Amino acid sequence: MIALENVTKRYGRQAVVDDLSIEFGAEGVTALIGPNGAGKSTLFGLVGRLIRPDAGRLAVDGMDVATTPSSELAKVLAVLRQDNHVAARLTVHDLVEFGRFPHSRGRLTGVDRDHIDRAIDYLDLDGFRSRFLDELSGGQRQRAFIAMVLAQDTKYVLLDEPLNNLDLRHMTEILRLIRRTADELGKRVVLVLHDINAAASYADRIVAMREGRVVADGPARDVMRPSVLEAVYDTAVDVREIDGRPVAVHYG
Amino acid sequence: MLVGVLLVALAGASLFVGVSDVSPAALLAGGSQSDAAFLLVASRIPRTVAVLLVGASLGIAGLIMQMLVRNKFVEPGTTGVTEFATLGMLVTMVFFPGLAVVGKMGVAAAFGLFGTWVFLRVVRFVPVRQLVLVPLVGIMLGGVVAAVTTFFAYRLDLLQSLGQWAQGSFATVMQGRYEFLWIAGLMVVVAWVAADRFSVIGLGEEFATNLGLDYRRVVAVGMVVIAVITAAVLVTAGIVPFLGLVVPNVVSLVIGDNVRRSIPWVAGTGAVFVLACDIVARVVRFPYEIPLSVVVGVIGAVLFLWLLLRSGSRAH
Repeated sequence: MIALENVTKRYGRQAVVDDLSIEFGAEGVTALIGPNGAGKSTLFGLVGRLIRPDAGRLAVDGMDVATTPSSELAKVLAVLRQDNHVAARLTVHDLVEFGRFPHSRGRLTGVDRDHIDRAIDYLDLDGFRSRFLDELSGGQRQRAFIAMVLAQDTKYVLLDEPLNNLDLRHMTEILRLIRRTADELGKRVVLVLHDINAAASYADRIVAMREGRVVADGPARDVMRPSVLEAVYDTAVDVREIDGRPVAVHYG
Repeated sequence: MLVGVLLVALAGASLFVGVSDVSPAALLAGGSQSDAAFLLVASRIPRTVAVLLVGASLGIAGLIMQMLVRNKFVEPGTTGVTEFATLGMLVTMVFFPGLAVVGKMGVAAAFGLFGTWVFLRVVRFVPVRQLVLVPLVGIMLGGVVAAVTTFFAYRLDLLQSLGQWAQGSFATVMQGRYEFLWIAGLMVVVAWVAADRFSVIGLGEEFATNLGLDYRRVVAVGMVVIAVITAAVLVTAGIVPFLGLVVPNVVSLVIGDNVRRSIPWVAGTGAVFVLACDIVARVVRFPYEIPLSVVVGVIGAVLFLWLLLRSGSRAH
């Protein structure tokens, strides 16, 4: 379980995460939604020990994030932030290999190599293994980053807007893949999504944030309601049912 | 493979190029007591070893700096580190003129370390993607520090002796005057051992933290490696421009930036590059020598321009 207890983070006087208590990890895929500035990325930064909270406690499987050695946390929790810009000229294989760093500390064993091969295979990157990252398309690069996170072989995987800059096909591919890692590999994935319909069709649980607080939390059918979505986004959202699935209509 | 062959060939040539005749034939004819043998041990071997150590370690200093800053256009000479170390040299000349060379190196290294820290602080305010802005900021920082150094050196009538120190040349390298470079060599070993950590640091703080690495500690180790190499080279050979920039970039184009894989290439290519330049410096106006920094500067500047234009034309 990733457990937050009364966690607060302020920038100046503004609380970006405001006395938040929540647990993640019971469900396979949890989608975090909410308007810009709701505190979603900050929440990931806090769990991923990139940002220190001003108050409250965070724990991953009972390990206090503030006091547990970073190298131990790296074996149970992987965080992929958004807008990953890697200036270094690395091949796909190099990048995925670094995902094993928490386990190998740079000395690869047979087990590490198996994980690397499996992750590359899983993301269908076998043909790109020795390609440099700057020679890949946005979608391929995003898959390489996800392969790296998978090779890290952690129970918890946090992905901040993994669909950024992806076209429709790659978006769907990544979402299916996330679903599969949860169902087949038993991962607990938490991801930030802007596309609420994607969240509704792929996530077991949707957590809606606004102004640093959780305003709705539950399975898709509980969150995908006009009244709830309007409260989250401050804009009129209609919800229709198509083939038994709730679909938000927010154009027009 | 090619680099290895070149290395051995050039190192061999370096032993036998010079004003006095030191050839294998002369050595065999004269035996171990001859002038040729004395010259070999006292001058040619130290010079060749010094060149190898300088080339390898400056390449590594550039490589590590590029990983820490995540920018291809930085090296100690474009970030103010060399200028700070030179200021350190001036301080020892003024306040501790009798200090042994190792003490001078220590002070220069301390100033270089401070310079690295200042640069890393300043550069935090520049977005990572502003590729050209980062070295520009570094060059400006270096310019300010160099101006301060020149001002005081001028006032204290030390400009000439400072110039002699800073002028990159191996002409004065002899037995007993180059051994501090082994400290730079030691830093290469440190970088080699920590190679994977520097690769991960090159992915940025967020990736490094996610992978359980203590970002600050690895950066601190990298800063020490850079500062000590810069200072050791400065007190023995002077300023060798562009090397730390050009060598890692050329290697990166071919091998990529996985430090574990690229580090032997950077060290080897750096050594070959300086060896070749030093031999050119010795033969171009034979029997006189021109400063190594001139040769490296000319070749390095051309390569640097090529790299700049090349990266500009590549679509991102």
